[in-house]
Amino acid sequence: MSAPSPPEPLIELEGITKVFGTGSAAFQALKGVDLKIDRGQFVAIMGPSGSGKSTTMNILGCLDVPTDGIFRFKGVEVQKLDRDQRSLLRRKYLGFVFQGFNLLARTTALENVELPLLYRGEKKSVRQEAAMRSLDAVGLGPWASHTPAELSGGQQQRVAIARALVTDPDVLLADEPTGNLDSERSVEIMELLRRLNAEGITVLMVTHEEEMAAFAKTIVHFRDGLVERIERGARSMEVPA
Amino acid sequence: MLGATFLLALREIRRHILRSILTTLGIIIGVAAVVTMVTLGNGVTASVQDEISSLGASNFIVFPVRTDRGTLRPFDQDDVDAVQRQIAGVTVAAGNVTANVTAFHNGQDWDTSVTGANRAFLEAQTVEVTEGRAFTRDEETAGKNVCLLGLKVREEIFLPDVSPLGEQMRLNDVSCIVVGVLEERGQGASGADDNDTVFMPLKTVQRRFRGNDDLDFFVLKYDAGYASSAIQDSLVDLLRERRLLRDAEANDFNVIDTAQVNDALGSVTGALTAMVAVIASISLLVGGIGIMNIMLVSVTERTREIGIRLAIGALAREVRLQFLTEAVVLCALGGLVGLILAFLASISLASAIEVPFVFDPTINILALAFCAFMGIVFGYYPARRASQLDPIEALRHE
Repeated sequence: MSAPSPPEPLIELEGITKVFGTGSAAFQALKGVDLKIDRGQFVAIMGPSGSGKSTTMNILGCLDVPTDGIFRFKGVEVQKLDRDQRSLLRRKYLGFVFQGFNLLARTTALENVELPLLYRGEKKSVRQEAAMRSLDAVGLGPWASHTPAELSGGQQQRVAIARALVTDPDVLLADEPTGNLDSERSVEIMELLRRLNAEGITVLMVTHEEEMAAFAKTIVHFRDGLVERIERGARSMEVPA
Repeated sequence: MLGATFLLALREIRRHILRSILTTLGIIIGVAAVVTMVTLGNGVTASVQDEISSLGASNFIVFPVRTDRGTLRPFDQDDVDAVQRQIAGVTVAAGNVTANVTAFHNGQDWDTSVTGANRAFLEAQTVEVTEGRAFTRDEETAGKNVCLLGLKVREEIFLPDVSPLGEQMRLNDVSCIVVGVLEERGQGASGADDNDTVFMPLKTVQRRFRGNDDLDFFVLKYDAGYASSAIQDSLVDLLRERRLLRDAEANDFNVIDTAQVNDALGSVTGALTAMVAVIASISLLVGGIGIMNIMLVSVTERTREIGIRLAIGALAREVRLQFLTEAVVLCALGGLVGLILAFLASISLASAIEVPFVFDPTINILALAFCAFMGIVFGYYPARRASQLDPIEALRHE
């Protein structure tokens, strides 16, 4: 009997570089990023603009591929996958929350949340039930039939989170999720993310606000296309109420 | 998935209803034009065929024409008898004369015509007697005052529920006994209603109404085993001989081959249809370009939406399908509106130009299918463009 091997990290970045443009206009956004993220983590990625945090987030979200380096997700080398394979990966394992909420306008909250299930080919009844459950989880059950225009910013972001959660993803990626919200709503959203993390989902978040990053278990600081330092979140040790 | 895509397409179209209508106008007009023209063409063909069949079931119609010197030499019964006797293959030859008369019965009067024709003529033209009987040989040879009513005349001056058989009526100052009623017939070749006449034996009409032995024209039928051209050649030779025409002289009569008339009319309608098809395809091409244009606008407008869909895991082909479905639904709806317009236009135009409205399911289904096909052709490029957007760029799009 051999000793159990240490659990494989959920996400592994090795020497990731990213160059935009070519020739003299080329810009190196990432200069060799190494990062390991375990299952169940709550990671905040911070850094000034131009530090490479959004580029990293796009690569982690399988929306973009690195110029060089290895990105393993659940052991799969994502940089080797084509566009549609990465779409399938996103569909299956990832949930996205954006700064601008990015809900479909003139479409009800429920239908917005149903959308990812549509691409999974679920039946309408299954879609609606799951979407309703997801909306209930973010406390928006009663608002299911409202369109984004009829909801506040905080509510819209919670619909977006419900949409990200509806497929029961392994990872929730949040790009400046509180960027368009006032501080009170921001804290609500962060509390929600922390609760979801406590329930088992891995959360990756980009933010430039210290108070929001403090909710994470780990804070990764980026500077000039490299990981500068990694620290523990200040509020992450608080016992959830 | 496909159902949801379809509903989504409908919703997008409804969201921009005015734009959708304006965009599909080219298709609507194109489809409406083609389907209307084809439908009317069918109506014209039907009415022409109706007229041709009222030319009769006979194969040839022969009538005198005015020569360069202005003389018109009519045929008479001897010519008809000669044709029947001397040309092999001719089964029936029968003459016809007509005169305008006023018919009187029961205090009613009606301006109509009297047609002098014997039983042979009715047989050649396959006109049936539905009530009563045709003329007897005695009545024909003696030129008796008996008559057969066309339906129109029967309706105009006879009581609807009382049999007219045996009734006495008057045509101008000639009285006659009704012995039968003719079946309903189509519109005449001249545009006159073939039901609006009274038949009397040929000799009666010649003697009492025309005062001579002339025929207006005669018809003939031949055995199907003989070649049309051979019969026509013998016919012309015989008639030229009987009319003592020298070789240098042109025919002073005309022979109409009903089969040829049929063919000629068919080719005319065919040419018209082809012309309309060309015009319509230009209209549809313009319409299709309009569809492509508006779909490109739609893709640009909805770049962010496309980004969202791609980010949450839509495959390129699923995005493509969505936009392709939208283009197809847009075109098909345009086609449907075009069909409805065509239906209404055909009905009103058909009644205006007095041809029957003949609904043709084939052209309707074909037109709709073609519209859907156009949606695929002109929607493909915009849909492909949508599917190839970079999700990151698309999400950043304002």
